[in-house]
Amino acid sequence: MNPADIASWISDAQKAFSAAADLDQLKVARLAHTGDKAPISLASRSLGTLSPEEKASAGKLIGDAKAAIAQALASATEKLEASRDAKVLLEEVVDITLPVLRTHRGGLHPISIIKNEISDFFIEQGYAVEEGPELESGWLNFDALNIPADHPARTMQDTFFIEPVESGVVLRTHTSPVQIRTMLTQKPPIYVICPGRTFRADELDATHSPVFHQVEGLVVDKGITMAHLKGTLDNFARHMFGPDVTTRLRPSFFPFTEPSAEVDIFFNNRWIEWGGCGMVNPKVLAPCGIDTDIYSGFAFGMGLERTLMVRHGITDMHDIVEGDLRFTRQFGVGL
Amino acid sequence: MRAPLSWIKEFVDIPTSITAEQISDGLIRVGFEVEEIIKQGADLTGPLVFAKVLSIEEITEFKKPIRYVGIDCGEKETRFVICGATNFVVGDLVVAALPGAVLPGDFAIGARETYGKTSNGMICSARELGLGDDHSGIMTFAEGTVKIGDDAIAGLMINDIIFDVAVNPDRGYALSIRGIAREVAGSLGLKYTDPVDALRKLTFAETGKGVTAKIEDKSTASVFYLRTLSHFDSSATTPLWMRRRIEKMGMRSISLVVDVTNYVMLELGQPLHAFDKSKIKGGLTIKRAGKAQPFTTLDGQVRQLDPDDLMVCDDAQPLALAGTMGGATSEISETTTEIALEAVRFDPICVAKNSRRHKLSSEASRRLERSVDPSLAQYASARFVQLLTENSSAVHVATVVDGEPIFSPVVKLDPAYISRTLGVEVAPATIAEVLRTIGCDVNEKSFEVDPPAWRSDLLTPADFTEEVARMIGYDKIPSILPPRPLHASLTPTQKRRRAIAQMLASRGLAEVQTFPFTNQETIDSMGFVGERAATYRIANPMSEEFPLMRVHLVPGLVEVAQRNISRGAKDFAIFEMGSIFRSSQKLVPFISPDISKRPDQKIIDQIFASVPPQAYHVAGLLVGKVENEDWQGKARAYTWQDAIAYAQDILQLCNLQWTVKRSDFAPWHPGRCAELIIDGKAVAHAGELHPRIVAKYGLPERSVAFAVGLSALPDSGLVRPTTVGTMPAALQDVALIVDADVTSAQVETALRAGAGELLESITLFDRYDKLGDGKISLAFSLVFRAPDRTLTGAEVTAMRESAVAAAVKATGAILRTA
Repeated sequence: MNPADIASWISDAQKAFSAAADLDQLKVARLAHTGDKAPISLASRSLGTLSPEEKASAGKLIGDAKAAIAQALASATEKLEASRDAKVLLEEVVDITLPVLRTHRGGLHPISIIKNEISDFFIEQGYAVEEGPELESGWLNFDALNIPADHPARTMQDTFFIEPVESGVVLRTHTSPVQIRTMLTQKPPIYVICPGRTFRADELDATHSPVFHQVEGLVVDKGITMAHLKGTLDNFARHMFGPDVTTRLRPSFFPFTEPSAEVDIFFNNRWIEWGGCGMVNPKVLAPCGIDTDIYSGFAFGMGLERTLMVRHGITDMHDIVEGDLRFTRQFGVGL
Repeated sequence: MRAPLSWIKEFVDIPTSITAEQISDGLIRVGFEVEEIIKQGADLTGPLVFAKVLSIEEITEFKKPIRYVGIDCGEKETRFVICGATNFVVGDLVVAALPGAVLPGDFAIGARETYGKTSNGMICSARELGLGDDHSGIMTFAEGTVKIGDDAIAGLMINDIIFDVAVNPDRGYALSIRGIAREVAGSLGLKYTDPVDALRKLTFAETGKGVTAKIEDKSTASVFYLRTLSHFDSSATTPLWMRRRIEKMGMRSISLVVDVTNYVMLELGQPLHAFDKSKIKGGLTIKRAGKAQPFTTLDGQVRQLDPDDLMVCDDAQPLALAGTMGGATSEISETTTEIALEAVRFDPICVAKNSRRHKLSSEASRRLERSVDPSLAQYASARFVQLLTENSSAVHVATVVDGEPIFSPVVKLDPAYISRTLGVEVAPATIAEVLRTIGCDVNEKSFEVDPPAWRSDLLTPADFTEEVARMIGYDKIPSILPPRPLHASLTPTQKRRRAIAQMLASRGLAEVQTFPFTNQETIDSMGFVGERAATYRIANPMSEEFPLMRVHLVPGLVEVAQRNISRGAKDFAIFEMGSIFRSSQKLVPFISPDISKRPDQKIIDQIFASVPPQAYHVAGLLVGKVENEDWQGKARAYTWQDAIAYAQDILQLCNLQWTVKRSDFAPWHPGRCAELIIDGKAVAHAGELHPRIVAKYGLPERSVAFAVGLSALPDSGLVRPTTVGTMPAALQDVALIVDADVTSAQVETALRAGAGELLESITLFDRYDKLGDGKISLAFSLVFRAPDRTLTGAEVTAMRESAVAAAVKATGAILRTA
């Protein structure tokens, strides 16, 4: 049992393993150098014929050699397996730019989105969101808002009447009756916004629709002043149109507010009429049973379509009302 | 309301340094929206001269009448021009634009060949000169009003700035130059002269007996001035300055008498009406029409009077619809020599009702229904006499008056209220000064404020607060956030609606919002009947095509789907949330309690109850394929299962329990519609649309839809979860053969009932309908679990057998073996 022979078996095996180009060649080399006929196997089997002394030293030599060969085999296997895997993964490459989205794209209507956005803005400031019916009592829509029958203000709003007209039921011309309902059913302090669908007999054109949406705000509390109205509108305008927007109040007339104002915003380098506002007319607080010696309030209202059109640069109302999917889908769910 | 700067300047000292834009800004600041600043004459250059028509040659070989006109422009030779208008005769005075002139629209005038002639200029219409919309013919002038060859730009006072001002309904006084001028002066701190000051002392000699004037009911009119004039010669013409002012206001010159009434109305704001005195029988009385009768107004229309209409009548018949429009019978004509001039302070509501009933909004009614200064009946009628006698042979005969002006009461103000409302400290002295500027008398000690005659809108402290605010400027009010409640949140209902919309949108449905109008044909073709078809009718719909309120959301979705399909869309899903309006409640006559105080709770409850309930729904329509087909392959079409799944998803999202049954329910396929039931109430329907509807509306075959009545859903209760079991589960499969008309829900219900309370879940994992003989096979997986122990084989078998037995008993099922 010549140590030099054993060393050559080891180096032969190491050479053969590292020369293997793939796992198949490695298998051939493994059989040749570790199989039954391999010199090391033959030597191992012949150990039995040796004397006990020789057996101990030769056995150690052979054992070490087997370990060295096994280690060389393991490292060659690992290397070849890794390269085989790399090759397979390479072959499995796909074009991940292929279009994979095939579900329909859904989305909320932009009016819903802006309504949610405004609701969230005011909820965060402690305002509740109140809603009311679209078919509404004429008393709540007009009289209680200090718009008596035959007052010219009543014709400012072309009203849809429901038959029989003696019922006084109308399609609400604004969301203001929700303010009246709120004041009739709740006690101050009242901080609410009233978003909703409203109706006026206007022909559908690029900027008008007989069916549209408003959001109104109402605050009734002790010590409420027109400065609070201005602060609230400034804050609201900045939220909707960005930090650089400025507002302007212009004297105006609404039967339900006194003083009344139009609120304009300076946006995209021009003044744009945004909505109406004012201090709640004591004549409106009275039928709601609110003590005007203790409480005062402000209210404001704007069109959601108008707000949307101004902010997003939409030029045609038809896009908002027609329900064309190509329009609506662009807004997603408002995130 | 228009207001020419040249006219405003008559009452306000405006330094030349102040620009039109500054005046406009001032008006806007005090609450008058300037819709347009018209710079008349800015785009017009001469030569523009007055000329006389000397000859007219009619050229007839063209499609329209053409005239070759010889005109005298004060030049040596006659000038010839081509003209398409025919409203003039030889001898008329006209305006001629000569070569070199440029008319509005960059229209350069030159000598040119046209219609086979040489045209050396142009005779002009008002519109061609940018003076108005009148294009009915060229402008002509009465003899003596203009001089041939004179510069017409100066002569017609063309160069002027005209403000077009929006006047709010509470500011009737500003429908006059007097009112606008006062606001210009007030907003810019300039000196103002009230034109009425010069009229206060005006008196006229009585030369005879005037027509009598009477107000039958003083609640319909407070004061009635009737001035009689005689010796009028109707050949008198309107002076050019007056005509031009009337034209600048957007009205037309008609005749001297009518022009003077209009001029005074525009100047002061008081509508006047002139009667031909010879047509009046007896005296004039303001009273109700009393009975229905035909009445012809000045515009030639025969109107049926309402007994309640307020009229100006003579002893025999109504002569004018009070404050709205005169009648034809007593109209001023070419033969008029005697005139009765009426100036009345009518009750605004009476005029508003007259105007509304006859759908007749006139310059007069527009002013009177907004309330006119009650002192003006006297002064405006005096102004009429002054102007008419100065410009014609007319002579004042007599003035008769009935009633007297009623002015707004004095109001006691608390200056602190004003500061408190505006949120800015306004000194009492400033308040007094501002209120004096707008015409109030102010006692600074007691703060008793007497509003001016023209401000009948100033009645309450709030009204005066607005006056103070607008005069000091709204920009003086600071911007402060109010104290606010600490917390608010959406209501459970609002949260639910939002979550449902978000879920549908994120699952590929696009939200639409349709007009909630419909018509009978749609209701019928959708198959709605009975109470599901009954709805409210709009008395004045936008179009007779859609006079009803919708009863369901699906028809609107169908319409939107059709629109999208016509624009090329094929496969899509849409949904809508909103109210429907079935007329479940008969509408009752309205009650209209007084608003000076809170009505009784009973009345409030009645008002709330008078509004019919309006159910809130969500509905979806799914057409075509569930996915877009592309390189990845084909996609399957939407089926009835998809629609039912969406409906159930919505209920599941709300954490509700429901049962399902088949329903024959419009607009769905009678065999393919699921009804979802909660607490015995049908809350949702879903499935395939009726094939007849799909065909009628051109939708892809087998389009499906769902509708959920959200307002019918119960609240989601507080969740009290069962303990999660950790003991091993036992799985048992059973296959049952049943008649094909037995539903899976029936079998499942029976299995559940029989399995007992250790049944954790049950799943239908196979359905086989090829057995023949009217039988189908339903295979269920049952999962059993006990909370405290591992179930024994015997226990599980017993529960399974009990479940099967229940199904056998309830549905006639046969256990399928092997």
